Amino acid sequence: MDALDLARWQFGITTVYHFLFVPLTISLVFIVAGFQTAWYRTGNDKYLKLTHFYGELFLINFAIGVATGIVQEFQFGMNWSDYSRFVGDIFGAPLAIEGLLAFFLESTFLGIWIFGWDKLPKRVHLAAIWIVAIGTLLSAYFILAANAWMQQPVGSIVNTAAGRAELKDFGAVLTNPTVLLGFPHVIAGAFMTGGAFVLGVAVWRLLRRAGADDAPFRTAARVGATALLVGGLFVLVTGDQLGQHIATDQPMKLAAAENLRTTETSAPFSLFTLWDLSGKEIVSIQIPDMLSILATHDPNGQVQGIDNLQAQFQAQYGPGDYSPIVPVTFWSFRFMIGAGSLAALAALWFLWRMRKGRVPGRGAVAIAVVLPLLPLAANSFAWIFTEMGRQPWIVYGQQLTSAGVSPSVSSLEVAVTLVGFTLLYGGLAVVEVGLLLKRIRGPLAAEGALADSAQTSTPFSY
Amino acid sequence: MLHDIWFLLIAVLWIGYFVLEGFDFGLGMLLPFLGRNDGERRALINAIGPVWDGNEVWVLVAGGATFAAFPNWYATLFSGFYMALFLIVVALILRGVAFEYRSKRDSARWRLGWDWAIFIGSAVPALLWGVAFANIVGGVPIDAHKEFTGNLLTLLNPYGLLGGVVTLTLFMTHGAAYIALKTEGELRARANRLLVSIGLVAALAAVVFLGWTQLSSVVADSAVVSVVAAVALLGALAANRLGREGWAFIATAATIALAVTALFMHLYPNVMPSSTNPAFSLTVNNAASTDYTLAIMTVVAVIFMPLVLLYQGWTYWIFRKRVSADRVPDVAAPAAPAGPAAPPAAN
Repeated sequence: MDALDLARWQFGITTVYHFLFVPLTISLVFIVAGFQTAWYRTGNDKYLKLTHFYGELFLINFAIGVATGIVQEFQFGMNWSDYSRFVGDIFGAPLAIEGLLAFFLESTFLGIWIFGWDKLPKRVHLAAIWIVAIGTLLSAYFILAANAWMQQPVGSIVNTAAGRAELKDFGAVLTNPTVLLGFPHVIAGAFMTGGAFVLGVAVWRLLRRAGADDAPFRTAARVGATALLVGGLFVLVTGDQLGQHIATDQPMKLAAAENLRTTETSAPFSLFTLWDLSGKEIVSIQIPDMLSILATHDPNGQVQGIDNLQAQFQAQYGPGDYSPIVPVTFWSFRFMIGAGSLAALAALWFLWRMRKGRVPGRGAVAIAVVLPLLPLAANSFAWIFTEMGRQPWIVYGQQLTSAGVSPSVSSLEVAVTLVGFTLLYGGLAVVEVGLLLKRIRGPLAAEGALADSAQTSTPFSY
Repeated sequence: MLHDIWFLLIAVLWIGYFVLEGFDFGLGMLLPFLGRNDGERRALINAIGPVWDGNEVWVLVAGGATFAAFPNWYATLFSGFYMALFLIVVALILRGVAFEYRSKRDSARWRLGWDWAIFIGSAVPALLWGVAFANIVGGVPIDAHKEFTGNLLTLLNPYGLLGGVVTLTLFMTHGAAYIALKTEGELRARANRLLVSIGLVAALAAVVFLGWTQLSSVVADSAVVSVVAAVALLGALAANRLGREGWAFIATAATIALAVTALFMHLYPNVMPSSTNPAFSLTVNNAASTDYTLAIMTVVAVIFMPLVLLYQGWTYWIFRKRVSADRVPDVAAPAAPAGPAAPPAAN
């Protein structure tokens, strides 16, 4: 493999890994803030216990999310220096603003929240966690705006003499249709992730540690299932909008999601297709007209095919292959939808099985364990789809990925850091999962800890 | 004009980073030596607990601001100092996770492992940031296409290494001053004693380094600032001697701020001088973004930088009390009868 391939693998591995933690952070901070608010309003200890319990799980997760975020910012310059030179005028600004507006807010107020239990009035302490929550949203918005510009480079021109893209309208970058649709899609996906986590943990506790803590965990299960279900609904609506947007803005991505070779009207959507090596279909289960409906909301709508687009791009950009790796886009698109839908169905099922104080059977333990993994998988496949579907472009229509890699970095250097990060991340994953499981199995809250008035305690100090 | 403002702002961000993260790097390096038992070590870590993450954000913002304001500087620096930055990032990851995870298990081995992760995670960046900055100021091989043509060993030249020793010892001194200010009893006394010996080493290294910098090319203003930095460090040692710990800490902070200021003054108007050919140097002009981008960034910075300083300052006010090894809530033993709330998962 050359430096380009290695750098792409490194970006893929570190980004997918980082994004396992991000959506959980975004949603858990809101859920924990919700529990703490409920405690503040009602004084009911149940909510304080849930704040402590899920708060600690949130912090275990947050630690790795923050730590691996550093790599994200540094690797643009390290592995993609020609990309950085080309896009810095536009792409750098949201990154810097994210740091200034969001990172400072999150990290500072999280410190205040962790250590401030006994040092601040209840109301101020509660405000701290809400500020962290707002910070995570701001953070997501600016990063997604930066990514959206790579998908749909608005508000800028390419200055060929200077060899770079130049910003002309920052407002347009911040109101890029791709971020206006993508942001709610990602946030809704994040709530599915946190909801599934809270629900899965609560159900596991109800079935495996039934007893004194049942009341709080029933509440947690309901909150988790609701977040998962409402998140799922928004994911569906925004995903539908995004699909239509992609159909016009990045038709190649949509064509590659279906492996639609030639432009068609009334195009079907295949749930499952196998091809032989020559590209001929062996089996295919299809829903008639569905792709046309997804793309245009019209069963007779026209969807452009890969071969037609390829010819069109060659005429526009010169010789070259302008289609992504189709099996990757095809399957990641389906796995995304499949995993997300399964998770939402599980939420419905749990709500039904647990209605009016009922308890699901022991068999539900397995579902509770698998459930949190489903949205995580859906998020990962979604990013793999959207990023791989943009290929061969790093900035759509403006810079090829192969033109963005660092010329001064050798393949050996990229290989060393790729192996280094992968080993480090693997080790951290083992440690993190170990700590999460230990915490999940542990007591909801220590005896006496709460009677002592939580405001004189620092439950999360180091 | 806007280029110059952004050169200044990036200098401010690095100064903020080194002054703030400097003491928690220093504390991290001193942790295994000053803290002789688990209680003392936990007191030390809790002394920076509420603030270290906020301090670390300064470097992320410095990096992001460099990307936005000087894309060529960011691109050349990050791809050029590749291995050094890789080591720094790995160290920062280990360190960040270590703070959060150390107390999550009640096992001596587990905690000792994370203590050394904190030590390495603090020492490696403390050393390598100095090496990196010395090389930025001293110049590195850069070709006509703004590409760095050296490797990791290029950076490990005597001047670069001395720069690393300066930041390493200076941050240790700064960390000792912070510990003396923020702890009680034995820890405080040990930090007071240690500050003198490390402080003298740091002073020696800093004087030689800043002198060397001036020798290569004299920049009068930066020379004056360098001298003031050295005086501030001696002032820190004197204040410590007199038991004025607040002043000692302010003086070590001033030393770092002034030393970094001197380096940036020396650097200007270059941002990365080329040792291959001065014509290939990256400057505030040829590395910068368009004025439109810089103007937007300026507005954002003018509004939000003061706000950040305000709420970060407030954090230090909230947690102004000294931390004591006797009063650290015992997270390891939820069974302790009178203990304040322990996180339920503690063992």
